[in-house]
Amino acid sequence: MGFSKDQLLDRLQELEIDYSKYEHPPVLTVEEQAKYVSSSEGALSKNLFLKDKKHRYYIVSAMVDTKVDMKVLSQRLGLGKGGIRMAPEEALGELLQVSLGCVTPFAVVNESSRDVSLLLDQKFKNQTRCIFHPLSNDVSVSLNTLGLDKFLKSIGRDPVYVDLEANPVVGKDQAPDLAVYVPSNSVVVPEVSNKTSTIQNPPPKSVSADVKPVASAKPSKPAGKVKSIADNSAPSAYKNPEKFVEEIMDKTSALLLSEAKGESVEALAETLRKRLTSEFTHLAIMYKNTAYTEGFYAGTRHQPNRL
Amino acid sequence: MEVDKKDEREAESSEQVVNPWEVSAKDGGKIDYDKLIDKFGCQRLDESLIDRVQRLTSRQPHVFLRRGVFFAHRDFNEILDAYEKGDKFYLYTGRGPSSEALHLGHLIPFMFTKYLQEAFKVPLVIQLTDDEKCMWKNLSVEESQRLARENAKDIIACGFDVTKTFIFSDFDYVGGAFYKNMVRVAKCVTLNKAMGIFGFSGEDHIGKLSFPPVQAVPSFPSSFPHLFPGKDNLRCLIPCAIDQDPYFRMTRDVAPRLGYSKPALIESSFFPALQGENGKMSASDPNSAIYVTDTAKDIKNKINRYAFSGGQDSVEKHRELGANLEVDIPVKYLSFFLEDDSELEHIKKEYGEGRMLTGEVKKRLTEVLTEMVERHRRARAAVTDEMVDAFMAVRPLPSMFE
Repeated sequence: MGFSKDQLLDRLQELEIDYSKYEHPPVLTVEEQAKYVSSSEGALSKNLFLKDKKHRYYIVSAMVDTKVDMKVLSQRLGLGKGGIRMAPEEALGELLQVSLGCVTPFAVVNESSRDVSLLLDQKFKNQTRCIFHPLSNDVSVSLNTLGLDKFLKSIGRDPVYVDLEANPVVGKDQAPDLAVYVPSNSVVVPEVSNKTSTIQNPPPKSVSADVKPVASAKPSKPAGKVKSIADNSAPSAYKNPEKFVEEIMDKTSALLLSEAKGESVEALAETLRKRLTSEFTHLAIMYKNTAYTEGFYAGTRHQPNRL
Repeated sequence: MEVDKKDEREAESSEQVVNPWEVSAKDGGKIDYDKLIDKFGCQRLDESLIDRVQRLTSRQPHVFLRRGVFFAHRDFNEILDAYEKGDKFYLYTGRGPSSEALHLGHLIPFMFTKYLQEAFKVPLVIQLTDDEKCMWKNLSVEESQRLARENAKDIIACGFDVTKTFIFSDFDYVGGAFYKNMVRVAKCVTLNKAMGIFGFSGEDHIGKLSFPPVQAVPSFPSSFPHLFPGKDNLRCLIPCAIDQDPYFRMTRDVAPRLGYSKPALIESSFFPALQGENGKMSASDPNSAIYVTDTAKDIKNKINRYAFSGGQDSVEKHRELGANLEVDIPVKYLSFFLEDDSELEHIKKEYGEGRMLTGEVKKRLTEVLTEMVERHRRARAAVTDEMVDAFMAVRPLPSMFE
């Protein structure tokens, strides 16, 4: 399960990060939060959870009055003009493990969000303190960016601060300046279309007046999404021995059934061998590479025997 | 390292131009490969060599050898001589990561190299020239590094064996023994010579001038002390497109002076654009090529609408005269990717004599390419960042010759 707010606050204490905590009724918007946490405590933040067409996710955390132009951001990330939009609600739960109105930079502490890119407003650095939800929208914490950076580094993340209002030229000879922060891996979020209809559409707290919320998912999704799930399950044949064997048996029996035309068994065996050898060799190599990679990963994180 | 066809300029010259940054035929016609072999001084890969490969590897030679896609070489026979005596070699190929959009033409050297790795059971180093693209395409250092990693995923998806393959990016790996060899090579090539081979001028920045040694030294085993310690005599075979020849002519010239063996080469012809041999395959025109990210629908559309046909204008005329196989792109593409020799012969005969129509040829091509792209996509989806890290880790490969 995801990190709880208490676990997070404990972790901040362990790391000796200086923060102040404010409890209040659950809030879903910045305006509501502002009623309980005054600006003398720190700068409030607005937090956007975004997704691009290739199922890659981003948290953009900015000062409330920073203008975030989605079109410009999309271009700077190298996604073209309309390449980025608000992520659907189920992704919030699946990837960030927080509820509506609770997007926060702290959400990247979860394993499930390891492929989510976090972009922080450069203007935070000029503030004494900034305010974020610690994974729950009935608490706010204020801390300065040094504390936030320390936390991020402790979970293996490099803090990324960006001038969100900049609008640099992006073209053939000027590469998109934020493209380097696009996640390398896309993520598939399983669809649960019945979940969305129950919740009325409060504007997610993460949205400022400028940006239209698209987060309330439409009940019917295009077939394209289903395909991506199928793609995701196919590679399990590269990881899981049973699926590996299943794939081989499926392909072999399919070819056997389609090719058996009353010829001799030897000829049939020869056909099978000819048609399937290359494909199965490819499958086996990917299986081997996956196993080696898992070993390599374990090896590089191997902890020598403690004495 | 690969040439992007978008570097082609209008073929106004009366001579064909083939170098790492420009490929254009004479008067907008076809590339004359015989002339090229003459001019470069390499050899044709003839039947006897292909037979020899078959005997030594006990398997059918790769479709690219059978169909003459890889058609020229330097010292490949010497590599085979040594191999027969039990002396192994290693493979070296590479890619210039200038864009994320990879098309089928980009995969060709990698598909062939994978076959060589499996058939001869030898290790492979793959160089990602992110520094080159940063300099020539004016990308930022970070962007070219990112593209290198993205391209590495597509390369890995071609099916290389991680226990026999080392992938490296110049920005990460240059240094140590590799850099020492770069300096040794650089000392042997005068500015004038470099300008002569590569066409550099006083206007080019010094980064470009100093790049050629980077692409040269992976040919020497001492550049990889973690892989080939003590094996300074290990020979190197470089599968590449023929426009890369200048780099390796320079390398072969320098090698004896450093006491190293000359690398051998095995070279391919160019993959034609959908619109035909004279067309330009360009990253800015998505309809000039089939991309590894194309859906089945995209592939079908592109083949049907843009693949240049050698068929006649009307069915009657076609039945009478048959198709012009010289310029027909679907048949050309099939000769690259259709494994079955007899099926290809059958198609060429029926189509060339007018009994088969263009639509049928295009349909078969669509099937073949869709299967290939689908398989690539599945494999690509399984390549994680950790897998890239594993391939790129500077580590020994103990089973590299098994």
